[in-house]
Amino acid sequence: MTTETLTERPARSTLFDGLTKYIPIGATVALLIVMYLGGIANFKNFDSAQVIAGLFIDYAPLLVIAVGMTFVILSGGIDLSVGSVMAFSTMACAWLTVDAGISAPLAMVLVLAFGTLWGLLIGAVIHYFNVQPFIATLVGLFLFRGLTLQISDTDVSMREVDFWQWGMTHVEFGGKVRDGGFWLPYLSFVAFAVVIVAFVILHYTRFGRGVYAIGGSEQSALLMGLPVARTKIGVYAVSGFCASLAGVLAAFATKSANPLANVGAELDAIAAVVIGGTLLTGGAGFVLGTVAGVMVWGLLNTLIAFHGGLSSWWARIVMGVLLLAFILLQRVLARSGEKRRT
Amino acid sequence: MNSYAKRLMWPVLILVALIVVNIAATGIDFIIPSVNDGRLGGAFVNILRRSAPLMLIALGMTLVIATKGIDLSVGAVYAIGAAIACQMIIGQEDQSAAGLIFSAVALALVVTAVIGAWNGTMVAYFGIQPIVATLILMIAGRGIAQLITGGQIPKVQDSSPFTQLGRGEIFTIPLPIWIAALVFVAIALLTRKTALGLLLESVGGNPEASRLAGIRSKGITVLVYLVCGLCAGLAGLIGAANLGSADANNGGLWIELDAILAVVIGGTALLGGRFYLLGTTIGVVIIGTLEDTIINVGLSSQWQFTAKAIVVFAVALLQSPEFRGWILKPFKPKPEAAAPAPAPAEEVPAK
Repeated sequence: MTTETLTERPARSTLFDGLTKYIPIGATVALLIVMYLGGIANFKNFDSAQVIAGLFIDYAPLLVIAVGMTFVILSGGIDLSVGSVMAFSTMACAWLTVDAGISAPLAMVLVLAFGTLWGLLIGAVIHYFNVQPFIATLVGLFLFRGLTLQISDTDVSMREVDFWQWGMTHVEFGGKVRDGGFWLPYLSFVAFAVVIVAFVILHYTRFGRGVYAIGGSEQSALLMGLPVARTKIGVYAVSGFCASLAGVLAAFATKSANPLANVGAELDAIAAVVIGGTLLTGGAGFVLGTVAGVMVWGLLNTLIAFHGGLSSWWARIVMGVLLLAFILLQRVLARSGEKRRT
Repeated sequence: MNSYAKRLMWPVLILVALIVVNIAATGIDFIIPSVNDGRLGGAFVNILRRSAPLMLIALGMTLVIATKGIDLSVGAVYAIGAAIACQMIIGQEDQSAAGLIFSAVALALVVTAVIGAWNGTMVAYFGIQPIVATLILMIAGRGIAQLITGGQIPKVQDSSPFTQLGRGEIFTIPLPIWIAALVFVAIALLTRKTALGLLLESVGGNPEASRLAGIRSKGITVLVYLVCGLCAGLAGLIGAANLGSADANNGGLWIELDAILAVVIGGTALLGGRFYLLGTTIGVVIIGTLEDTIINVGLSSQWQFTAKAIVVFAVALLQSPEFRGWILKPFKPKPEAAAPAPAPAEEVPAK
């Protein structure tokens, strides 16, 4: 615990100082360990390494959008459009390669560029026209769900295009699964790469510092001479890119596009970010916490799948309870932080 | 033109334009109600009837937004209300017993009011941001509804009087319209003929200043979330009664977004401090009419989402002083160098 005795510091910057800032993430990691040990104690085969690896296969797209969401939430905003942008990107991949006959790598680049451009546009609207992020990104939620349904209201298969086989090509570690090894497909490595790049950007670049500063106090960031416009628009571009990349990963994983896929993915991503220890008001949090948050969500679903008797809606209820616990924990820490100052 | 009429001008113009488009596409019958089998019908009356659940939720949402809050959980509360009532009714042999229907409706309303009060307590007493506090139930709520229905879709017998809540009529006017109108009048009287409305706006403007001025702002915050939960529960009952079943997954899906959209179209800013119940009403009718317009002009129903996106975008931009300043700049006379000032200046008294 630091012992500065500044009296005029704004309350928010004192929220998580010293070791206190690691309490939420510590709680998440502890929760993960408890869940994992509980799984091993109750279910046969839960200790297989593939159970953990499986999290990074099934939840790789969610991980990628949650990383993008972390940027937006750290800056004090929110992005409701990610689920729809992701579904649209998958559908666009299918449409461009199957119907329009464009070569798959080019289609992928187009989709990623489009997602980033959309993020830039919505970020510019939010910043320059001072529209609330909630409302501005709501446009994306409706627009891309509508466009996806207009491209096709049924499943589109991409099985004929060889390129989409690449994502599930896998690498084995430590031998076959039955010999205690595990395997990961290429798309998991893409997700890992996104996490590493995001970590480096957030903690070791000017842009990353700017994101934290704006989330802490936009007014102060502006007065400090930080590039507020560039940073604010940038986080939505990052989120748009991540959402479209998640869509591409989903195309790799399923080799088909469903117009109603990922309804509510934005909520899962927000929940994962909060459980990962990021403050929803912005300014405090870690991208690695988000990874832990996504793992909690994945492990929860895996546990329910192993149990077999429970319905998947229990996952949502437990997630709500966890969210409540973490939000209250953040509140308590914030209050004690305020008290210590005064 | 006073500021209130000015606020309502744009929504009314949009609504009139939509109605004109519909009349052009389907003929004058669109707007003229007809009486079939002792019941008021016609395309426009049907729109009003179908919009009743959205109307109820949007009214509750207006009050919440007036206090600078937001309630994302209404869709989930809608599903919970519907699930409780339907599950309770199908559990009994005689699904037509008046006592059963009454207690099912009462239980659903009490539970949804408690859920609303819980949201309000989180916001007022734990100091959690409204968007976060209500997000919890938005995520968990549909799971709870599934828990109540056991993952099934309970179907109430068509003969049960419960379905009258959605399908019945009194004096030839459909019951859902009556309920929505009554709730509107009750809320309007409570907020405009008593001090409550003023207190609400005061809490939305500045909760801490209101508290210091002697207003019990925490109690008022809990109250508006309670009313919003209650409205969502009632909307769920009407929706379930209309369908005769409660779908925990899809009942009231995205209704929270439609409700927020209706409130914003009606001129209530998300920043709190001012609210326009009549504007919200017009917003709801616009959304309802928009859905029909898309079909009537011959577009596929998938255009609905796209059309809504365009409406949200247009409304968000039109309400932004920065955008208006930017777009009107070329039209401002050059000599008056200080011209950009009047546009924002007009906004100041309106806020």
